[in-house]
Amino acid sequence: MVFSNKPVQFLLVALVASIPYFGFANPGVDSIPVVNEAVAEHGVQVAHEEKEFNATDLINSHIGDSHEFHIADIGGHPISFYLPVILWTNNGLEVFSAEQFHHDNSGEHVVSINGQRLVRYNEVIFYADKFENLTEDQRKNGAFEFDARPLDFSITKNVFSMMMSAIVLFLLFFAVARSYNKNQLAPKGIAGFLEPLVVFVRDEIAIPNIGTKQYAKYMPYLLTIFFFIWINNLIGLIPFFPFSSNLTGNIYFTFVLALITFLVTSFSGNKDYWKHILTPPVPKALYPIMIPVEIIGILTKPFALMIRLFANITAGHIIILSLISLIFIFETAWVSPISGAFVLFMSVLEMLVAALQAYVFTLLSALFIGQAVAEHDHH
Amino acid sequence: MNLTAPESLIFWTTIIFFVFFLLLRKFAWKPILGAVKGREESINNALASAEAARLEMQNLTADNERILQEARIERDALLKEARDMRDKMIADSKKEAQVQGERLISQAKAAIEAEKNAAMAELKTQVSTLSLNIAEKLLKDELSNKEAQTKLVEKMLGDVKLN
Repeated sequence: MVFSNKPVQFLLVALVASIPYFGFANPGVDSIPVVNEAVAEHGVQVAHEEKEFNATDLINSHIGDSHEFHIADIGGHPISFYLPVILWTNNGLEVFSAEQFHHDNSGEHVVSINGQRLVRYNEVIFYADKFENLTEDQRKNGAFEFDARPLDFSITKNVFSMMMSAIVLFLLFFAVARSYNKNQLAPKGIAGFLEPLVVFVRDEIAIPNIGTKQYAKYMPYLLTIFFFIWINNLIGLIPFFPFSSNLTGNIYFTFVLALITFLVTSFSGNKDYWKHILTPPVPKALYPIMIPVEIIGILTKPFALMIRLFANITAGHIIILSLISLIFIFETAWVSPISGAFVLFMSVLEMLVAALQAYVFTLLSALFIGQAVAEHDHH
Repeated sequence: MNLTAPESLIFWTTIIFFVFFLLLRKFAWKPILGAVKGREESINNALASAEAARLEMQNLTADNERILQEARIERDALLKEARDMRDKMIADSKKEAQVQGERLISQAKAAIEAEKNAAMAELKTQVSTLSLNIAEKLLKDELSNKEAQTKLVEKMLGDVKLN
């Protein structure tokens, strides 16, 4: 897309693309203690099942959010970058490091903070006493058991990487903006690279969909989501600290972005837009059907935005992780060249998808805004 | 996928996105879009003025060509006029000279005629005087000597040769 045929950029692409090939191996290994043949032979089924490699769990833990950055394992001890846990408990605000949980995600290790006993299960923090009363199903869907857990406002892996991307993007574009003060001529350096992208968003997304009269008002929003989604898609493809978060593949994140697009669209809607929804041009007898349909219509658009981004990015991650997992499922290193080649291919494809999904999200946002602000000729 | 507490990410995404959006809008998008737009305008202006200059240049060239053409025509006209004038002058002076010559000749002819007439008149006067004188002498001689007188008349007539 934006990469020309310059050797430096090609090298960069190749480097980034090959990273998952090398990088994913570590977390893969640490979650699968070597299957002990001897144990299996002796028929100790319980031990075997516990130690058996479970690709689903591995993938789930990699595409999900977390309270810490797992960097590597050395001698069986995980090395992590711990993030702050911020809880709104029954006794008020509590802030402590995720290190307190000692990597426990099974609800066994109890952390006592100011007289409150907390456990963590599948990255969800519960009150220890209430956790014990939950059924297995309730524990698995723990994120929605609001009675059994404190409100969690932790700086998780995704939040951390979102802050990082926001700071990086801000510094980049601030530098671009400042470069225009010094250089009134053709853009060069970082501005020469980023300005065509800004112009692309303006000329290919905003103006064709919103129209020349009104596009300027929505440019800041469109540019922000375009670059925000794009950089976070790319961050998700880099499998080591401080990247490797799956922010744009997280449905909460895409929900907020889609909600903002929905709000922008709704508040931009002119008289024609609302008139078309509330008094559609059909016989009055059809209103009981048409009005709900129209209202569902305005909701499905952002809903599709939310699902599309979430599903595309998560699917890409799942495919790459599955290919890595093949090595451990077949329990042989001979699979690694094949799965590595596929991972390389998928990573390159995901780089395309990263830009494409940012483009699609922005394009559709612009389209919805354009529909809401369009000046209709009355039929 | 481990669905962690939804409130965490929703809360932080909302906060971070809004702060990020407002900061970028103020410090990045407005200056960048302004600069891009300004530059586009200046490029368009430059192109338009270049086009105008080109047209003007074209007009100038055409003008020069036209002026040159006009000058050439004028020069030709002047030359032709001069040539005509020269020819006319030569013709005129020739004519004048001829007229003058003819006039001089006719004057000379008239003068000659007049002189001739005068000379004839003079001659006639002389002849008549001479005749009278002869006649007078003859008469005087005749009166004295008739024969002598006749001889004298004959002698005199022999002297005088009438042209």
